[in-house]
Amino acid sequence: MIDARPAARPRAGDLSPELMSTSVWSDELVARSGIPMIDVPFVSIGGGMGSFVMVDLLRIAGVPASNIVSLSNIDHPWQTYEYLTRCSQIPRHERIRSDSSGCPDNIWAFPSYAVREAWADKTIAPLVSVVTEPVLTDYWTPRAGQVFTALGREASRIRYPDMLARGQVRLVRRRREGGYFTILTPPEGTSPTKRVAYRSWYVHLAVGYPGLQFLPDLQAYRERHGDTTRIVNAYEPHEHVYEALRRQPGTVVVRGGGIVASRVLQRLMEDRQNHGARTHIHHLFRTYVSGKHGRSVFSRRKGSGGFAYSGFNWPKSAWGGQLKEQFERLEGSDRAELYKELGGAHTPHRKLWQQQKARATADDWYQTYQGVVTGMTPSARGGIVSDVRPDQGAPYSLEADFIIDCTGLEGDIREHRVLADLLDHSGAGRNPLGRLDVERTFEVRGTTNGFGRMYASGSATLGGYYAGVDTFLGLQYSALTIADDLAAQGFCRRIGVGRSIAQWIRWARDASTD
Amino acid sequence: MTPTLMGRWQTRLALLATIGVAWTLLLTPLLPRGDASLNDTYQLTLLALAITALVGMAIWDPIYHGLQQFRWEKDWPSMFALLVGANEGVTTWLVLRRIGVVTPWSFVALFASTWFLIWLALIGPIRLVLLRYRFRGGRILGS
Repeated sequence: MIDARPAARPRAGDLSPELMSTSVWSDELVARSGIPMIDVPFVSIGGGMGSFVMVDLLRIAGVPASNIVSLSNIDHPWQTYEYLTRCSQIPRHERIRSDSSGCPDNIWAFPSYAVREAWADKTIAPLVSVVTEPVLTDYWTPRAGQVFTALGREASRIRYPDMLARGQVRLVRRRREGGYFTILTPPEGTSPTKRVAYRSWYVHLAVGYPGLQFLPDLQAYRERHGDTTRIVNAYEPHEHVYEALRRQPGTVVVRGGGIVASRVLQRLMEDRQNHGARTHIHHLFRTYVSGKHGRSVFSRRKGSGGFAYSGFNWPKSAWGGQLKEQFERLEGSDRAELYKELGGAHTPHRKLWQQQKARATADDWYQTYQGVVTGMTPSARGGIVSDVRPDQGAPYSLEADFIIDCTGLEGDIREHRVLADLLDHSGAGRNPLGRLDVERTFEVRGTTNGFGRMYASGSATLGGYYAGVDTFLGLQYSALTIADDLAAQGFCRRIGVGRSIAQWIRWARDASTD
Repeated sequence: MTPTLMGRWQTRLALLATIGVAWTLLLTPLLPRGDASLNDTYQLTLLALAITALVGMAIWDPIYHGLQQFRWEKDWPSMFALLVGANEGVTTWLVLRRIGVVTPWSFVALFASTWFLIWLALIGPIRLVLLRYRFRGGRILGS
């Protein structure tokens, strides 16, 4: 049958089939497509926390704002981070899981957040806490709001808004003459063409999580029964669950043993304490940790009640000590093995959570379980029954009104369109954990193009020579390492002692970097 | 703090040689010294720094590093870094006493204040001067 409609003509300045199928583009090829070209030496893709920390470092290293562009679909660098923390029950006044010296607004981490809070609130409590942690007290961590406010100040200081170009990045391709083209789809009505090409020597990828996933069994149930209200992911808005549980007594299954599970438990328990909810909690762990665990006396992690305890995402020395050096030395499966040994779900030990759980267990409305879910079915009274097979003992069932998935399962990097295109067309590959393979300098291995360099930081690079990539401190480390590599290539100055001190004084005075 | 053994050695030497020496030069004339000349007192106070450096590198740092291996984090909480001033003070005192006549209170004042100043620099301001310090396990030199 012949389609009577006229063939859809590509809009001016769009990606042509020729461009899509060509891995290395020439200037002439791009010009022929009608996509306008903008020259900027340094392009950061993402515009979230990773881009911000990178741009901040370059500005402090003396790069003019006109030489940097941050391509993003969000207005503020902390927008996505704030959205995810809010969903996972950390509003601005609550404390995040981050060290006092993980300061994305201050490359020196001086004064640290604890010192700043002590100064602002005229109290020495935060100082006493950071000096005695983790021996006499739990780790001190900053309130989410403190970080966001500080980021706002730093963003204005380095003129971040001037470097921001709004839109959705579609792909990055190598340029025949060296460097890269980054294709941006600007918001409707803001550009005469559908796409804009940024022609740059350097590209920095900071695209965040490739995509969050439900556990496969939960996803299957959601699709089969069209039920998106009773099974929720903790990283999605799920306020309706707490509201329903406050209106009438109910049972909830919490799955996962990480920081988000702790947060969700805190919320459920506080709703009981402060708002009269009568919620019953079944907490299901796939791996149940009942005490100290580890390979040898030299690698014992604390744990109890199902949870493994760790102050932060990784043991502290992974950011800058013994374990960092160990990761740097390891390749392939040896590195993957160390990741496995130090990883798994874990949460910080916090006094408040311990007290809440102890009370809830004593009052018999919080129970922990171990097992793997083998099947889920709707229950007669409108809830969901999970069939569970434990490692030991007979299978059992858990009935609940709601299931909250706190496992934070992350998708494959291929789910991100820009990363998938890099794997297919630009020589990028995978590291031992299956994510984007980067060098010790955070250059994306295999993508060097003439003088051009492509770097990546953040979650997409987990599995590389540096474990803490998906943290504030890790973003600072990657930005510093990338900036040093760029300095070695002559793009900016290496921040030495003099510049460091001079720029810190500017930071303290809230004066521009220029 | 997350030092490596090499980092401990380098940090110890660097901070004793800078903050340690500067503070000792400043404080020594103010210490009660009885009949001793200022020159002799300087010799002793600077010697105390050298002893702290040598005994620390040879004995204490390997012990701390060994103890650190039992910690999951492979870290050294800043509280430990402050408190080990007590045992190091004792060893420095024991060695120094065999070499010259030392007034106990002068020694305590000098050693404690020097240790505290170095610790204070270590938990924050050092990062202004050495931007990459906190990622290098305390190492200052090398790639």
